[in-house]
Amino acid sequence: MAGWLDPHDSVAVTLTVNGAPRKVRVPPRRTLADALRDAGFTSVRLGCEHGVCGSCTILLDGAAVRSCLMLAVQGQGHTIETVESLTDGDELSTLQQAFDDNDALQCGFCTPGFLMLIEGLLRSEPEAGRDRILEVVSSNLCRCTGAVPVFQAALNALAANRDDP
Amino acid sequence: MKPPPFAYAAAGTLDEAVALLDEAGEDAKLLAGGQSLLPLLAFRLARPSHLIDIGGVEGLDILEEQDGSLCVGALVRHATLERADLSGGWQALREAASLIGHLPIRVRGTFGGSLSHADPAGELGVVAAAFDAEIVLRSLRGVRTVPARDFFLAPLTTAADPDEVLVEARFPTPGTGFRSVFEEFSPRVGDFAYASVAAGCRLATDGLARDVRIALGSVGPTPVRARDAEQALSGSFLDDTAIVECARLAAETCHPDAGDWHADGTYRKALVSHLVERALRRLGAGP
Repeated sequence: MAGWLDPHDSVAVTLTVNGAPRKVRVPPRRTLADALRDAGFTSVRLGCEHGVCGSCTILLDGAAVRSCLMLAVQGQGHTIETVESLTDGDELSTLQQAFDDNDALQCGFCTPGFLMLIEGLLRSEPEAGRDRILEVVSSNLCRCTGAVPVFQAALNALAANRDDP
Repeated sequence: MKPPPFAYAAAGTLDEAVALLDEAGEDAKLLAGGQSLLPLLAFRLARPSHLIDIGGVEGLDILEEQDGSLCVGALVRHATLERADLSGGWQALREAASLIGHLPIRVRGTFGGSLSHADPAGELGVVAAAFDAEIVLRSLRGVRTVPARDFFLAPLTTAADPDEVLVEARFPTPGTGFRSVFEEFSPRVGDFAYASVAAGCRLATDGLARDVRIALGSVGPTPVRARDAEQALSGSFLDDTAIVECARLAAETCHPDAGDWHADGTYRKALVSHLVERALRRLGAGP
């Protein structure tokens, strides 16, 4: 049986982030979002820190989850993707380009969370229709651009993905 | 908005989980998907001394028919339930799961976690109440089964003792011709429902409704069974007159107190009537 980890002790956790193993030392109460930011993945944004805003959305084993609603210790052995993984070099991914084309960002704070949310949908439900996309996009909050350009970008990205998967 | 300190252990098996929970004492909490517990920790509304992580316990994610019941394991994720290919008329479970929070919440959130959290607006508790689910609890003292009607005691309070792990819920399948639906009203997708309804019945070839089940959510501290409405509809056709009368009786059953600043009691009762009507019309329209 695994033993108890004391509240103020730290434990080594190995996360696979964007394809590479990352070892972090965390006390039990450290959230996955904080651990990722401490490890340099500052695209993981902390807005509300209680699972409402969606700014900390990442992919966990390929599905969109809120990293503020996970402990870092729960990430042991799982595959994590952040927005840094969407592109290799200077060329934007289709989804990122759709955000650019539709002016789906202004201040950019919520953008990584939205991108990972929609990236998850692209992979799990490439055939998602308009209503489903609208429902999923409503998971996250944007306080400056508003939801409509983000929704339009998601529509375009899913359509482009279907045409050229 | 950071969780308070707690001791942590990950259980690999159900036996380990039960032993760890017993050892940790009554201020310990189980952690499964964490989609309700982590916000409680962030707000410091919960300050458990110990967390026992059961997320890696094998065998708790069963979702299958066993001995005339649908067994739903504690670790079945809402996103799995939402898309499950369930036979036997269990559409209500799928629909209820699909209405929980947002997709990223449903990817992590678990069936057992939702029942254990016992939020008055929780969808799955309403389904459990409607269809007389048996909730299986395990501790070092043994295994016991609690009917859903005795499980929910108050908001965020269940009949599970501090040393008990919720293993699964068993939904007895009513049999041929059974169908079920779930309806709720919330101001926006993903918000807490102002009112919800789980309804089901068996429709035989004679077109009469039997084994009618109706439960209501978000209109009291715990899920409410609308027994008068069930009885009124049993043995009737699902026609306009019967549906409207059943919806009226269901609304009379519940007593949402003054409500809150989201929705007052009168409004919630009106929603119940409307939602029951909508649910019954769908049951009558066929699968």
